[in-house]
Amino acid sequence: MLILAIDTSAVASAALVSDDALEGVVASFATEDTRSHAEVLAPGIEDLLASAGVAGRDIDAIVAGVGPGPFTGLRSGIATARTLAFVWNKPLYGMMSLDAVALEVAESTDAVREFLVVTDARRKEVYWARYSLAEGQLPLLEDGPHVGFAADLPDLPAYGAGAGLYSDVLKANPAFSAEQPDALFLGQFALARLAGGGQLPDTTPLYLRESDAQVPGPRKRAL
Amino acid sequence: MNRSQPLVLGIESSCDETGVGIVRGTTLLTNTVSSSMDEHVRFGGVIPEIASRAHLDAFVPTLRQALDDAGAELADVDAIAVTSGPGLAGALMVGVCAAKALAVATGKPLYAINHLVAHVGVGLLDGQAGSAPRLPDNLGALLVSGGHTEILKINSITDDVGLLGSTIDDAAGEAYDKVARILGLGYPGGPVIDRLAKTGNAKAIRFPRGLTQPKYMGTAEEPGPHRYDWSFSGLKTAVARCVEQFEARGEDVPVADIAAGFQEAAVDVITSKAVLACRENGIKDLLLGGGVAANSRLRELTGQRCASAGITLHVPPLDLCTDNGAMVAALGARLVMAGVAPSGIRFAPDSSMPVTSVSLPA
Ligand SMILES: [Zn+2]
Repeated sequence: MLILAIDTSAVASAALVSDDALEGVVASFATEDTRSHAEVLAPGIEDLLASAGVAGRDIDAIVAGVGPGPFTGLRSGIATARTLAFVWNKPLYGMMSLDAVALEVAESTDAVREFLVVTDARRKEVYWARYSLAEGQLPLLEDGPHVGFAADLPDLPAYGAGAGLYSDVLKANPAFSAEQPDALFLGQFALARLAGGGQLPDTTPLYLRESDAQVPGPRKRAL
Repeated sequence: MNRSQPLVLGIESSCDETGVGIVRGTTLLTNTVSSSMDEHVRFGGVIPEIASRAHLDAFVPTLRQALDDAGAELADVDAIAVTSGPGLAGALMVGVCAAKALAVATGKPLYAINHLVAHVGVGLLDGQAGSAPRLPDNLGALLVSGGHTEILKINSITDDVGLLGSTIDDAAGEAYDKVARILGLGYPGGPVIDRLAKTGNAKAIRFPRGLTQPKYMGTAEEPGPHRYDWSFSGLKTAVARCVEQFEARGEDVPVADIAAGFQEAAVDVITSKAVLACRENGIKDLLLGGGVAANSRLRELTGQRCASAGITLHVPPLDLCTDNGAMVAALGARLVMAGVAPSGIRFAPDSSMPVTSVSLPA
């Protein structure tokens, strides 16, 4: 099974993962910055397909990171994934973006039984989720995702760029203090779930925050 | 690629309408629009984040519907066009990302085009009542909507468009919305004020015409700094003051007279400046575009003043005046027919894209 995974919840990334390939990875790319998704994502995917010699018809499913993440960037990946799935007529699934970091933690030597994944939510807040790990299992989402202040999080080892940003109040793991959700791990997570007979959700974005719109109050009358 | 009669699919997401239109050369095949307007009503104006969320969910269904309506397959499309600006940054991003994905998945060339010039392009489609039968040599365009108020001179629709004047603050449609809110008439303001104004006395209260003093206007030989520009924020404030004065005196607010007086002030200054700009720039054909083209008084007065100035007025059908994908496709087809190179997939949307940029270079 060949999956094209896309995540733009923080940086822009995409990957081709397959259970036939060595280590599961066919090809992948990720940007450094969190603000130029519109420019880099489509060319990145085009190059990814070309370098792997893969055409749209060869892909079995498309997976999009559904956040949480800054809204405009998050939507660029979901809009891209939905459109590709429509044109190529492929199954489309969503994956919670923090799962990518959780899998990366699980596959590292820094893994612990219970931990947090934390990313930057801007406005002095973080997106976070709590995971547990059991031997030989995929990370299990225990709580979240949520948005809130770093100081209010459970007292557990914290992984991800949001932990690095608030290392003064979080038990940030230094090896993961700049880590962002990456489509590579998201795709592998999805592949593992599907292979295990699991279900994946649709691509409804996890905004976690309202649109900030205020219903205007009545106009003050001059008395 | 078929350059004489290209099949072009256009995508629009600059404000609150998700539009997908398909044209063959200068012939309209379909114009499918999904609007999030209802979701903005309780806020009294377009909320960018709500519009962006709606675009994301509306895009694929709108695309599917457009292809079905036109009986077209993506494989038959010669080129894709998308609004890359001006407009709301987050809203533009959805359409641009979707358009790029469409280009990657189909291998079709992509044109990143200017929304304002697209309003002109749609007026040049064949067989539409009110549209210009051919591309006139001395063409101007008056665009009036909730997002813009501009007068353009089109020397070449594909590569030479100039901005003669624009609003320096609120768009005209925005002024209608704000005044409707002051008068407690709800959103959107245009249709309700237009309806109510017909029952009021437009001469009962005189509201100011912005930027019409000599220091702004100058003369034809020595134009002032805002000869063809508009300003509507002072007009809105004047309406608010007027309402407050009636309330302070404990009198009933003459809502219909105020609506009529406001509409007359807005439409008078829009049309007088537009016609002045036409006369002084050799414009013989004027195209009206934007949602406020639906306003009965604007159509009437623009028609009268154009006629006395010897200018032919063209008003496309209303569903083509408001934001839509057909206008993007129409301009895209013009670019293909003129042999303009596509934009590629590396461009960024530009929320303040100038009209001098008809399409983005690769
Ligand atoms: Zn418009």
